[in-house]
Amino acid sequence: MALTNPYHNVLAFPDGKRLDPLFPEGSILHLVGNTPLVRLRAVGKDLPPGVELWGKCEWMNPSGSVKARPALWMIRDALKSGRLQPGKTILESTSGNTGIALAMIGASLGIPVTLVMPANASEERKAVLKAYGAELILSDPMEGSDGAIILSKEILEKDGGKKYFKPDQYNNPMNPQAHYESTGPEIWKQTGGRVTHFFSSLGTGGTCSGTGRYLREVSGEKVKVLAVEPDSPFHGIEGLKHMASSIVPGTYDAQVHHEKLPAPTDEAYDYCIRIAKEEGLLVGQSSGATVGSAIRYAKKNNIEKGVFVMILCDSAERYLSTAVWADTPDERASRMEAHRKLKDKKA
Amino acid sequence: MPVRVRIPTPLRKITANKDVVEAAGSKVGEVIDNLEKAHPGLKERLCDEGGKVRRFVNIFLNDEDIRFLDSLATPVKDGDELAIVPAIAGGN
Repeated sequence: MALTNPYHNVLAFPDGKRLDPLFPEGSILHLVGNTPLVRLRAVGKDLPPGVELWGKCEWMNPSGSVKARPALWMIRDALKSGRLQPGKTILESTSGNTGIALAMIGASLGIPVTLVMPANASEERKAVLKAYGAELILSDPMEGSDGAIILSKEILEKDGGKKYFKPDQYNNPMNPQAHYESTGPEIWKQTGGRVTHFFSSLGTGGTCSGTGRYLREVSGEKVKVLAVEPDSPFHGIEGLKHMASSIVPGTYDAQVHHEKLPAPTDEAYDYCIRIAKEEGLLVGQSSGATVGSAIRYAKKNNIEKGVFVMILCDSAERYLSTAVWADTPDERASRMEAHRKLKDKKA
Repeated sequence: MPVRVRIPTPLRKITANKDVVEAAGSKVGEVIDNLEKAHPGLKERLCDEGGKVRRFVNIFLNDEDIRFLDSLATPVKDGDELAIVPAIAGGN
């Protein structure tokens, strides 16, 4: 069979059978995972001293987010099973981070990538995707990420499985599996088995379900798993899903978390700003929601002692053009003042 | 003076599943107050306790962000279209 776009950097025998490992030594894909834990001491300073807050620095993955893990697991699995072969293009519906991870993996292996996303995804994300060479199809911003899911299904149905391979992050078991095999064991090892509470926000639910399941099992059901979700269907925490009002993903296992913690958008934004200024960490709004919810949880339940591990999904650098940073209360006040002065001058 | 208002999916529960509703008013703020009368609960989604548009809510008047106009005091006229655009949701 003639190969129309032979994937470079994927190791294979001449007969097409894949090697394991699939990727050559020194590949960027070997750098996925093993992210550090960082202690947050300032934002939780009014908590009892026995409560330790640790953030898992997922933005330090290649492509800058936690999504490098599920993306790598899904693509590796598809290459091994032969569902993804030279000639095929990766198609996914994504609001950004999974798309960026897939685009990075695609670029490094020579696999073309097409992504469907709502037109109101942040400009930085779109620019990064284009830089990796991915093709973008924009869906109606009024329909949110569910609109992108539906549009990608239509494209896939029309195609009939000829051109596209869809990893399907919302239903692919490799998504939670990536976290069961990597994120969970890393946290257990890095805390020396001391972790007592695990906090993760819900998007596809893969991080919470996979990591949470591992930590519950390895600790003999001692670790409490807390899932963070927006407090309302209409919210501004990019990447997160309000499960009750969304298409519920197959990767979300509602049996894993002990409790769901509702996060208000305004609180998430305020924590992003505090974490940047007080801890020196630039994190995205889902991380702000997770840290804020962990602190709220500790206070509400009067927890005196505990080792909290929180997933910090991505970096603020992906959102600097958005309302979180463009519209801090101080900046808003000074802009209003400037606006007033200008008006007075005109009058 | 009726203005057309486009409603995003997550707010359609409040508008009986309508994706476009109409409301009167001479300024964006008045339109929102009148929307609240017809669809109670809508305003608190869009505005904070101080009555200002929430940070994560984008309201466009004929494709122009009202933040760069006169926010809630922006005048509207017959036939104008307002769009409420949410932050996107979903697995990253």
